[in-house]
Amino acid sequence: MNLNMTLVGELIAFIVFVIFCMKYVWPPIIGAIEARQAVIADGLAASDRAAKELELAQGKATAQLKDAKAQAAGIIEAAKKREAQIIEEAAVKAQAEKVKILASGHAEIDTERNQVKEELRQQVAILAVAGAEKILERSIDAAAHSDILDKLVAEL
Amino acid sequence: MSSGAEITSQEYIKHHLTNLSADSQGLCSANSLNPCDGFWTVHLDTLGWSVFLGLVFITLFRSVAKKASTGVPGKLQCAVEMIVEFVDDSVKSTFHGKNSLIAPLALTIFVWVLLMNAMDWVPVDLIPRIFELFGVHYMKAVPTTDPNMTFALALGVFALIIYYSIKVKGIGGFIKELTTQPFGHWSLYPVNFILEMVTLLARPLSLALRLFGNLYAGELIFLLIATIGVFQLPVHFLWAAFHLLVIPLQAFIFMMLTILYLSLAHEDH
Repeated sequence: MNLNMTLVGELIAFIVFVIFCMKYVWPPIIGAIEARQAVIADGLAASDRAAKELELAQGKATAQLKDAKAQAAGIIEAAKKREAQIIEEAAVKAQAEKVKILASGHAEIDTERNQVKEELRQQVAILAVAGAEKILERSIDAAAHSDILDKLVAEL
Repeated sequence: MSSGAEITSQEYIKHHLTNLSADSQGLCSANSLNPCDGFWTVHLDTLGWSVFLGLVFITLFRSVAKKASTGVPGKLQCAVEMIVEFVDDSVKSTFHGKNSLIAPLALTIFVWVLLMNAMDWVPVDLIPRIFELFGVHYMKAVPTTDPNMTFALALGVFALIIYYSIKVKGIGGFIKELTTQPFGHWSLYPVNFILEMVTLLARPLSLALRLFGNLYAGELIFLLIATIGVFQLPVHFLWAAFHLLVIPLQAFIFMMLTILYLSLAHEDH
């Protein structure tokens, strides 16, 4: 073992390397590492947050879906009720219409029958007159005998 | 191994453990006029390899530091960041104060010592042979097998221990720490001082000698293995594999103890 000037030289080299490392090597590398660690930590926190938000949103979506289903069921129920009601109303209306139509039909038939009866009466009167004319083989003044004819018509 | 002549294994080992030295009178060699045993001798190989490896460390890490992005890192950046984070974790787990020097110091020590230790894996004859081609007859390529290297590191750390002890506790506080414990009575203060001085001085000494001893012994065994002929291949492989543990471990121990000692220097009792 012989210690000599080499030691001093190495000591100087050591000091220079340490100072260089302290000034130009360590700070940028450790800075980059710590900055990246911060970025990663932020990213992880954000992803955690996102997962939580997703869970919340899913819960909300489920609740909304449930609501929507309930609403839809309600609407269907109401629609069914309304349908039944409409059918009921229509039936009632149709019944009334039927009665009205029937009544009006009867009335019309009555009027027509009366009219026909009237016509028939008149024609029968004419026929009767014509028959009478033929029987009497002479002309009867229709005007002169109209009162008799009218009496006849009224009797028919 | 000097060219041509048959040499004994003892000479071979001795040759490989001799540094390429120089002093003011030029290059030195064991059997010439300039044996170089004075203080002003410089081990050119130790100095050259350590500075080269230090520059490798600095260039590599600086290139990453310049391009360091907070986005998705490249593979080199990943590797460098792994080392930096490992050192940062080691520092944070041991040292709880605020000090912008300790972490870069620990990084420099860890990577530099690791690289210098890693020269132990290079086959013992490879680098000396290459240099022999250029007429350089001595070449010891593992700087940490030179006590000058390990003591330089340890003394640097020791200086920082003293500096921070005085900075944090004040001169009075530091002297008080050295004299008033472990025994509380004033008459035992000299005894305390001796004990504490031993503790204090043992720190750099053990730092330097542990690293030097482990690597020197490892290198010596590599050299011994190199002398046993053709069976050296499997044995060399085993010993190199064993150094997969020794080399990073010694670098790690040096770094951890540095952090620990500086952390103790910051603690006020």
